[in-house]
Amino acid sequence: MKTSAPEQVGPPAKRAARGRHAAAERVLLAHGSGGSLSHELIRDLFVRYFDNALLASMGDSAILDDLPPGRLALTTDSYVVQPLFFPGGDIGELAVCGTVNDLAVMGARPLYLTAGFILEEGLPMADLERVVVSMAATAREAGVQIVTGDTKVVDRGAADGLFINTAGVGVVPPGIELGPHRLQPDDVLLINGTVGDHGMAVMMQREGLTFGSSLQSDTAPLNGLIAHVLAELPDAVHWMRDATRGGVATVLNEWAEGTSLGIEIVESRIPVREEVRAACEFLGLDPLYTANEGKVIIAVAEESAPAALGILREHPRGREAAAIGRVTSDHPGRVTLETPYGARRIVQMLTGAQLPRIC
Amino acid sequence: MKFIDEFRDPTLARALITQVRREVAAHPECRPVRLMEFCGGHTHAIFHFGLRQMLEGDVEMRSGPGCPVCVTAARDLDRAMALADAQPNVILTTFGDMVRVPGSRGTLQEIRAEGADVRIVYSPLDALALAQAHPDHEVIFLGVGFETTAPGIAAALLQAEQASTPNFSVLSLHKLTPPAMRAILDAGEVALDGIIGPGHVSAVIGSDAWAFLAEDYGMPCAVAGFEPLDLLSAIAALVHARVEGKPEVINTYARSVRAKGNPVAQGMLDQVFEVTAANWRGFGEVPASGLSLKATLAHRDAAQRFPVEVDPVEEPIGCRCGEVLRGVIDPTDCALFRRACTPRNPIGPCMVSAEGACAAYYKYGEPIAG
Repeated sequence: MKTSAPEQVGPPAKRAARGRHAAAERVLLAHGSGGSLSHELIRDLFVRYFDNALLASMGDSAILDDLPPGRLALTTDSYVVQPLFFPGGDIGELAVCGTVNDLAVMGARPLYLTAGFILEEGLPMADLERVVVSMAATAREAGVQIVTGDTKVVDRGAADGLFINTAGVGVVPPGIELGPHRLQPDDVLLINGTVGDHGMAVMMQREGLTFGSSLQSDTAPLNGLIAHVLAELPDAVHWMRDATRGGVATVLNEWAEGTSLGIEIVESRIPVREEVRAACEFLGLDPLYTANEGKVIIAVAEESAPAALGILREHPRGREAAAIGRVTSDHPGRVTLETPYGARRIVQMLTGAQLPRIC
Repeated sequence: MKFIDEFRDPTLARALITQVRREVAAHPECRPVRLMEFCGGHTHAIFHFGLRQMLEGDVEMRSGPGCPVCVTAARDLDRAMALADAQPNVILTTFGDMVRVPGSRGTLQEIRAEGADVRIVYSPLDALALAQAHPDHEVIFLGVGFETTAPGIAAALLQAEQASTPNFSVLSLHKLTPPAMRAILDAGEVALDGIIGPGHVSAVIGSDAWAFLAEDYGMPCAVAGFEPLDLLSAIAALVHARVEGKPEVINTYARSVRAKGNPVAQGMLDQVFEVTAANWRGFGEVPASGLSLKATLAHRDAAQRFPVEVDPVEEPIGCRCGEVLRGVIDPTDCALFRRACTPRNPIGPCMVSAEGACAAYYKYGEPIAG
């Protein structure tokens, strides 16, 4: 899925209707006033592209009355990435994928999202439209609907272009129960592909570094992949997490700290793209701590690990899946890494942002 | 990855480890061979690749002062923070590592939260570009680093001259590494059998710059790169020199380091800087160990352009960063280490910087059974 040009999206009749208000090329404070400009913005952008009956009814809240059986899952996340558009994605795609993935890794089938926008006065309307189009396309790919939302405009300088909050509702089907309590010694840890792509793509773009020009963010909805695995192995999958901020090392440390178990990973088995390795080497960063937006770590029962790996690799989002380590009852609370030289060392939780070195 | 993987080959690494262990076993009187890696980047690489534990018992590694952030005196940090507040239109630019280091009145990231305009840049040229983009602001670059970093700053200063950018200046806290090495050996606080010389520094100053170690102190030195095979080759060479009793300077990083170094970079340094005494955290004043701007560039010297008064600073009570930097103790010998002093709440700079010894010991050095 990649963003299509705005003019290719949306029914022609609505596009014509928008022509009447083409005057505002930038977001104005009045767009958040609740007056007619607000209404036009909602109608011509959000309702038009998100394109579903619940949103179009413009109620103060969306009534979700066709939920499938199971336990309700609810999550929220805010997105403040700079730059708004980066190789392989944008803030809109991120805002949908992040929330969809937070639901999916809990075993839930994501169904509905909300979208709250905080817009900086002066934001080019074309940028906002591009973001909304991207959200709509991503939601379609993930099979979710954006059914209610909110827009505020703040003074120039009070926000960095555009902030988005999304909340999501999903349903965990009966029979699926994932959680830290299900982690067991000898569980195998799988990942669905290369690590560090998103963090490095954004950093290269942000800093204007051009030598990694082929780097792309891995931003993607993972609910399809996860549903595929859970359908085949509903009981063997014990726990999942998407390895976003702080990367794989942070997620695994949270797992180890939250249980009385240890984690062992093997450096040579962790897939890292050549360009990401090079960029990390150059800047003195570690791909293990670098953000991903389309990667999930899955703990599966040892005996089902080969099958799970095969199932992951059948899916387009899991072609480069790998088994990177295991759960152990040794060194509870600690994550260790085996280096290619046979040494083992601790992988700590990161304390602050990773900063490039001086020399 | 080309030019990286060749130097990480596990089979060759194991062979070098075996070679070192055999040589030490054949000469038990030399065991353990005590080496200092001058450079903080080496400390981190040694831990990162797990080399320390592979050599345990036969080779002891001691971290040296090679972390530019760590050796920056607290008073100089206070001076930088005072500069950020000196005028309302100052933009203080710095490498990322510096923003978390505590001075006596907090850190640069704390004063940024209070409203000072402190920005992280990746290159001094970015700071120059910032000055050109904001002609109504004074852009000051916090010049921290060794001979590695100084030529880049010299280049930015020369470009600022060429472009007649008036609002760009540098607070030069640059330091020279050979005088610090001399200070450690003169103090005689730590017993050593060899020194792993800094790789990137030597790319600029040349491996010959370390000849004094062998000549004046009878101390072998191996200039090393930062990959496992680089470090293991240097360790193997130093172990051999110890066993043979032949002090010499060995360049095991020939793909980057020449005997005479980089003449272009040296020429730029000569154009811009002059050698002065400098204050090192943990050492105090070391003669002829710093770089300040030449009189012809006084207008680009932030210290002269924006004179600020800062009080002398006392080191935090209990902090032993000074001894860590001089190689006298290991970070784990400090009572604050991992207790009061952690990367989240660093008391001293060695716990902050990516190149700091305490940060390396904290990140990698914890016993695995826990």
